[in-house]
Amino acid sequence: MSAPRTLFEKVWNEHVVRQDPGAPAMLYIDLQLIHEVTSPQAFDGLRARGLRVRRTDRTVATMDHSTPTLPRSLAVVDPQAEAQLQKLKANCAEFGVQLYDLDSTEQGIVHIIGPELGMTQPGRTIVCGDSHTSTHGAFGALAFGIGTSEVEHVLATQCLLQSKPKTLEVRIDGVLPAGVGAKDVILALIAKIGTGGATGHVIEYRGTAIDALDMESRMTICNMSIEAGARAGMIAPDEETFAWLRGRRFAPKAQAWDAAVNKWRKLPSDEGAVYDASVTMDAASLAPMVTYGTNPGMGMAITGRVPSPESGASPADRAAIAKALDYMGLSAGALIAGQRIDVVFIGSCTNGRMGDLRAAAGVMRGRTVAPGVRVLVVPGSKTIKRQAEAEGLDAVFREAGAEWREAGCSMCIAMNGDQLSPGQYAVSTSNRNFEGRQGRGGRTFLASPITAAAAAVTGHVVDPRGFLGGVS
Amino acid sequence: MSFEPREPFTSVTSIYVVLPVDNVDTDQIIPARFLKVTDKRGLGDQVFADWRYRADGTINADFPLNRPDAVGAQILVAGANFGSGSSREHAPWALVGWGLRVIVAPAFADIFKQNAMKNGLLPVTVSPAMYDRLAARRHADAAARLSIDLPAQTLTLAGEEPAHFDIDPFAKDCLVRGVDELGYLLDRASDIERYETQHAR
Repeated sequence: MSAPRTLFEKVWNEHVVRQDPGAPAMLYIDLQLIHEVTSPQAFDGLRARGLRVRRTDRTVATMDHSTPTLPRSLAVVDPQAEAQLQKLKANCAEFGVQLYDLDSTEQGIVHIIGPELGMTQPGRTIVCGDSHTSTHGAFGALAFGIGTSEVEHVLATQCLLQSKPKTLEVRIDGVLPAGVGAKDVILALIAKIGTGGATGHVIEYRGTAIDALDMESRMTICNMSIEAGARAGMIAPDEETFAWLRGRRFAPKAQAWDAAVNKWRKLPSDEGAVYDASVTMDAASLAPMVTYGTNPGMGMAITGRVPSPESGASPADRAAIAKALDYMGLSAGALIAGQRIDVVFIGSCTNGRMGDLRAAAGVMRGRTVAPGVRVLVVPGSKTIKRQAEAEGLDAVFREAGAEWREAGCSMCIAMNGDQLSPGQYAVSTSNRNFEGRQGRGGRTFLASPITAAAAAVTGHVVDPRGFLGGVS
Repeated sequence: MSFEPREPFTSVTSIYVVLPVDNVDTDQIIPARFLKVTDKRGLGDQVFADWRYRADGTINADFPLNRPDAVGAQILVAGANFGSGSSREHAPWALVGWGLRVIVAPAFADIFKQNAMKNGLLPVTVSPAMYDRLAARRHADAAARLSIDLPAQTLTLAGEEPAHFDIDPFAKDCLVRGVDELGYLLDRASDIERYETQHAR
């Protein structure tokens, strides 16, 4: 009998094409997702060497990063972005790659449309020139972000050279309290282990709290694995996974579906499988989270006070907190709740799905955006936009005074004209609060969709638990 | 072998710059608004743009890379978890574009490290104690020179004993010989075909 294996090891082993002594493994990649920002130089590389795309049937492209989220008739933000979009179009045409462009009814953020179309499947290896590729791990896929050189390698050979990462078990048992969701879980984990806490590791999230999550929440958690430095994040596939996938366009059909499910059922980690490291969290102890600083590890319970530099564990930590508070314009010891804000951004590959929009709309229904606050609600894909409109969510947001936008990355990366002005404060459902991430000089508080919606209607950072269940 | 030739990396001796910040993310190394290019070149002027330039576009003379004593430096010494965040390969392109060939730090983010080595930019991981020593020496003597010998895997501060650093042997070999990984993969096309047949891919 073979030794018990983890989910990661099973997927990894299945994809090793060749392992030479003293060299990294040659890992087969089942699916590569492409977008406009990190691919042009890779296609140029192919052209320079006279290479073709080895498997156009395993390569899919979309436009998301520098795409406008105002109605599509409006011009792209600048000529350079326009040129980049045109280049993707030309490259896909030349090399025969399927492109979900702005005219496609299924365009959207790359990490949202992959699962939506059923391309993201358990046991697959998936890469993209984008660090949030970890999102797809929610289905039990091994999915990770790569650089443009590696995009070129996969285009040319469908393989990557990879050193085998270590495994980190994140076990979360118990029941999440009301008002606490996936975003709070992952922000709490990153606050606990730090932005480099999982470097060199693939995280497997498990435990009763994870089992109880729906697929969208699992995607939110896996999405931010990279913010803890992890190579990837994975969750074992289960009935929830299969039910979500069934019937989607590229999901297996009929007998092939049954065969696939039988195979997928063998993926979860074996009893007694050993991880290189382990972290546990108690779901019941978690509260709504918000970040106060300039990396996703600088997070705290929304009921807490801004830490002082002196609370840092090392001189480097103390310097980092001082630098962050200076950038954020926050005072040590102040309650984070009550902090005035200018903008709310609801969207991104972290929190731009139906469940996120429904949760935010649940808070905003019957309420009004606070005076002086700008609220952008950006669905993660056109499919989500249509569904949200069918449910009347767009009307809820519009009536509250929010902007209902087209699908794209938008203010998460601020490449498309949606951005903060210097000094502005935003509560954002996205994944990064780095300096200038949402626009130069902009200050970001990362939080869940309901926390963002509660901030939208009050004009400040606020505990969302007082806003559940709509207006009484 | 069908490797595409590039400049072999052997050794670098240079003055160095210290950026005493942990968790430097790739959004700082090259802000997203500069990612609309479709080329790898020309990003050197934008490296650390929001730290090197003030909001009005003038140069921030206090930023380490902007000081007169940084001119000609090919080595950057930075805090732990350098290159965290986005996978953008524009980060090493920008650092190389500025003239850097080596980044020394107590730890690197995974994707950045891989991207750097694919562009002839050597990430050298040192102990926190060594990082402190490099920072202290630079503080005392801006003209202090640092030597990196990749074949020997040593880092030597002028006048001191060489210190060993670890590096993945395969990545080292690619850098020293000036070859890239794509050639290695292309040379194994028959293995890829065999895999695709056997695993129904």
